[in-house]
Amino acid sequence: MVENRPWLTVMSHAVLIAGILVISFPLYVTFVASTHTLDDILKVPMPLLPGDRLWENYWQVLTAGTSKDVTAPVGRMMFNSQVMALVIAFGKIAISIIASFAIVYFRFPLRNFFFWMIFVTLMLPVEVRIIPTFKVVSDLGMINSYVGLTLPLIASATATFLLRQFFLTVPEELAEAARIDGAGPMRFFWDVVLPLSKTSIAALFVIQFIYGWNQYLWPLLITTDESMYTAVIGIKRMIVTGDALTEWNLVMATAVLALLPPALVVLFMQRWFVKGLVETEK
Amino acid sequence: MEKRVVFRSAWLPYALVAPQIAVTLVFFFWPAVQAGWYSFQLQDAFGERTQFVGLANFAALFRDSNYLHSFQITAFFSVMVAGSGIAISLLLAAMADRVIRGALAYRTLLIWPYAVASAVAGVLWLFLFAPSIGIITFALRSIGINWDWVLQGNQAMLLVVIAATWKQISYNFLFFVAGLQSIPKSLIEAAAIDGAGPGRRFRTIVLPLLSPTAFFLLVVNIVYAFFDTFGVIDATTQGGPAGATQILVYKVYYDGVKAADLGGSSAQSVILMVIVIALTVVQFRYIERKVQY
Repeated sequence: MVENRPWLTVMSHAVLIAGILVISFPLYVTFVASTHTLDDILKVPMPLLPGDRLWENYWQVLTAGTSKDVTAPVGRMMFNSQVMALVIAFGKIAISIIASFAIVYFRFPLRNFFFWMIFVTLMLPVEVRIIPTFKVVSDLGMINSYVGLTLPLIASATATFLLRQFFLTVPEELAEAARIDGAGPMRFFWDVVLPLSKTSIAALFVIQFIYGWNQYLWPLLITTDESMYTAVIGIKRMIVTGDALTEWNLVMATAVLALLPPALVVLFMQRWFVKGLVETEK
Repeated sequence: MEKRVVFRSAWLPYALVAPQIAVTLVFFFWPAVQAGWYSFQLQDAFGERTQFVGLANFAALFRDSNYLHSFQITAFFSVMVAGSGIAISLLLAAMADRVIRGALAYRTLLIWPYAVASAVAGVLWLFLFAPSIGIITFALRSIGINWDWVLQGNQAMLLVVIAATWKQISYNFLFFVAGLQSIPKSLIEAAAIDGAGPGRRFRTIVLPLLSPTAFFLLVVNIVYAFFDTFGVIDATTQGGPAGATQILVYKVYYDGVKAADLGGSSAQSVILMVIVIALTVVQFRYIERKVQY
């Protein structure tokens, strides 16, 4: 603050509060809708204060799904989402960290070739090459399986790139000292590189967890069996054309459940989240 | 940048890169090559016979008014999403940069939409704007606006733009906050001593120094609008009404999965890949310049 301008400070707070209210409004309405009966919501306008059906609605979707369109319990879908997010996050970090370690700490023929090969995958989002990738996965018999859900999304140029940048900043003396002490490359990796990378790994984990949990197009194609749906896909399948036919109270309860885990990760790991977001894009 | 101290081993580095390379080959390069290959082929309706047709799929695409229309829609959509997202988050970031009390609380309450899946974001807004039961629909009707995006293309476009922008504001906001914090306070103070008011300082000092961040965000937002908004579109309008919100990436999906036109869809994939590569090159050229600067 360079100078004291009370009216400007008041205005700043006012703008921020207004922004937060507008941004939070959809979430609030969603929560309110998830605590009412369907009849209440179909009344126009719907009530804007929470109702008394909180436990009934959430309990029903968690254990039994909706009554008409999706009969798989959302609890199961949350489990699938959880598996998908965790496997993708850990898998990406695991294969990227060893690949970038090799690229930074070894000289070998084809090193640059491998690096560029990984790097160009940055350019090809799943959405672009969707049909051929789907064909490959179905030829491999991975439809409706956790392997099919996660493995194709595990290659990550982002994580490799970020870890490579980090390894390049690790002081040379550490590798020198390790070599003088007679440590081999893997010993150096476990005892020096891995502990030093903790913050980068935490930051990557938050970003990749959200990425995995929020995947949409891929699970939409790869899961045809209700018991393999992720939470995000479940919501989409619950919506029927025609407003009145959809059980909005249950859809909204599912929406709250589906956005809660990644939102909690962002809130409680905010420091890592901000670091991860800013660094993965460099 | 290279390491001076390296390890030596004939096989270990290959073993370490092997998992990453294997996944990349099977799930990136193989499908990309196949997309290229399919794009030169024509398949009959039952998928039994395929025929090599050269560039006919591409030629057909550029004669197809639907496809050209989809280009226009995508351009409009991404400009709207990038433009409004950047403007709103710049305003919020500039305000957040001024306040001291409650700064962390404001940040926390502004960044959570990033965690919401784009399809879920679509559903949230779909519910608010639902033609018969939506609460915003109700408010709009009571002031005399006939809101029904199911029938009116412009309104459907507005709906997906709002949902897509809403989700991206938190991302832009964080980058603008970081950009604002990196501007030296001494510059602002010097301007204040010279008598420049807050508005003047923002225009002549903050904004020019923030332009690299803004340009970076512009590219990222356009890429976001091109590809990551698939979930928003599929959960809300599904490209309708009458193709009014059918952006390119949705058309690839629709033609390939729903209409089973493998050749046409693959040709579209190839065109999209070229666009992504062009955008990435733009982004990296810019980043190189920033590093030198």
